[in-house]
Amino acid sequence: MRPYRIGAGAGYAGDRIDPAVELAEGGQLDALVFECLAERTIALAQLRRRADPTQGYDPLLAARLRAVLPACVAQGTTIITNMGAANPLAAGHAVLAVARELKLPRLRVAVVLGDDVLDWVRQNDAPLLDSADTVRSLDGRLVSANAYLGADALRPALAAKADLVVTGRVADPSLFLAPLMQHFGWAADDWPLLGKGLAVGHLLECAAQVSGGYLADPGRVDVPDLHRVGFPLAEVAADGGMVITKRPGTGGRVDRLSCTAQLLYEVEDPAAYLQADVTGDFSGVRFTELGEDRVRVDGASGHARPEQLKVSLGYSDGFIGEGQISYAGPGARARGELALEILRHRLADERLQPSLRGLEHRAELIGVNAMHGAALGANREPYEVRVRLAVRCATRAQAERVGQEVEALYLNGPAAGGGVTQSVREVVAVASTLIPRSAVQTRVELLEFSR
Amino acid sequence: MSMSAAPGRPKQARAPSGGSAAHEVTSVGAHKLRDIALARSGDKGNRATLSVIALDPADFPLIERLLTVERVQAHFEGVVGGDVQRFVLPQLFAVHFVMHDALAGGVTRSLALDAHGKTLSAAILDLPLAD
Repeated sequence: MRPYRIGAGAGYAGDRIDPAVELAEGGQLDALVFECLAERTIALAQLRRRADPTQGYDPLLAARLRAVLPACVAQGTTIITNMGAANPLAAGHAVLAVARELKLPRLRVAVVLGDDVLDWVRQNDAPLLDSADTVRSLDGRLVSANAYLGADALRPALAAKADLVVTGRVADPSLFLAPLMQHFGWAADDWPLLGKGLAVGHLLECAAQVSGGYLADPGRVDVPDLHRVGFPLAEVAADGGMVITKRPGTGGRVDRLSCTAQLLYEVEDPAAYLQADVTGDFSGVRFTELGEDRVRVDGASGHARPEQLKVSLGYSDGFIGEGQISYAGPGARARGELALEILRHRLADERLQPSLRGLEHRAELIGVNAMHGAALGANREPYEVRVRLAVRCATRAQAERVGQEVEALYLNGPAAGGGVTQSVREVVAVASTLIPRSAVQTRVELLEFSR
Repeated sequence: MSMSAAPGRPKQARAPSGGSAAHEVTSVGAHKLRDIALARSGDKGNRATLSVIALDPADFPLIERLLTVERVQAHFEGVVGGDVQRFVLPQLFAVHFVMHDALAGGVTRSLALDAHGKTLSAAILDLPLAD
């Protein structure tokens, strides 16, 4: 049996489109996966859906599919994506609209539903993970609750020979594991084999992060042609054997270092990587460089899947107001520190700025201590610094005052400040809880189009 | 191929010519972890993950010896508020850490500019190789 070829078309919502086109056209792929749903993205999408029931899916969906659909349809490459976000059904209809616009002969779209568990979460006051509180503590602020579905939710869509599968929240690696299970007929309780498939998904789900992106440090770790870094693909065998590679002629590098960095990325215990389909065990993984940009992956395994599914809860968490101003040249740091001192006084004294008094804030110098605090950044004299004040606020009006305070440093602060920027950000934060699998009912809706 | 980017074995810090000030050798210009490893960090709630990977597998034992939990905790004092867990992956030539209470409340609500703690990986590479 020839290896199954599966590629990554996006590693986050805003990822580049051109490398996906390159991969779709030349990768001879069986499947191309677009992972576009970060933790908070779906909560923000839910807010858009409330404002307009036809929205709430990925705003770049049409642009991405317009670019890759012709090649994928021509070559029989199945597209799998979580760009459905908070409204997979509307996303499915948007896909059909693109197919019509492109004058494709036909397209079968499968929409995976059931990740939205807001009603269950409201009725069952489950404990929050990493917190002493329960869901009820978020009471009126809860915006969204989405369970991380596993591969089983996608299997009926793939069995129905859909050309494109669109989902909401699905565990990222399951987007890759599902087509492998479907193609090879892997059993849903063959934990060692599913662990290998999980490794494929985990290595590919951040796209270029395994093929040379986020790796370069000039002079030590050089990566060629990052302006046109190639997105990765895996060649997977029926026994879970796999090679990670990328298209010849693209930028980037696939080698032991790029693969190791991605394998461990955002994993906690490498021997117990909790996912919807399997508890992955990456502790015995080995990488072998087979040749230019080809790495064989051995030793991934797995254990029984967790009993419950993780649920991501989005909730309104007020506003963050922010202002910045730059100082440069001799004494830049001293003037920046004086500016911070002025701002701290302003926030501490109720006669001066009562609306911001006592609020949680960060006042720091970008270029000195904004990243890692005073200890790691001290004793280096920068040519330029940027003052940054960020304050957690309950209301937008309050948050607007923060930037105004920084702007007032022009006429009232140290000499030669410049380049003020102000921002107000409405915060939708994310918490997590668990849900019994039996409480999550998934289903697949097929949408078809033919000329 | 691109593996050639990995530098060779770390050199011992040399005494400056003239030779008397041996105690100064490890200060300015000392060799850093950056010379022999790369690092990547990621976020999980209010925890940061941090992987340190040997550029040359031959340097892995040195990295494993250097990067104790205590050393990493001390390096990130004031940045990481909670425990540090360490996982050693010899066949990957990597040491992996989970740092608790490291992201100012977590990515989605943090006031920090780098809410994800992405730049923590660069900070660990500043660690001197000599004690």
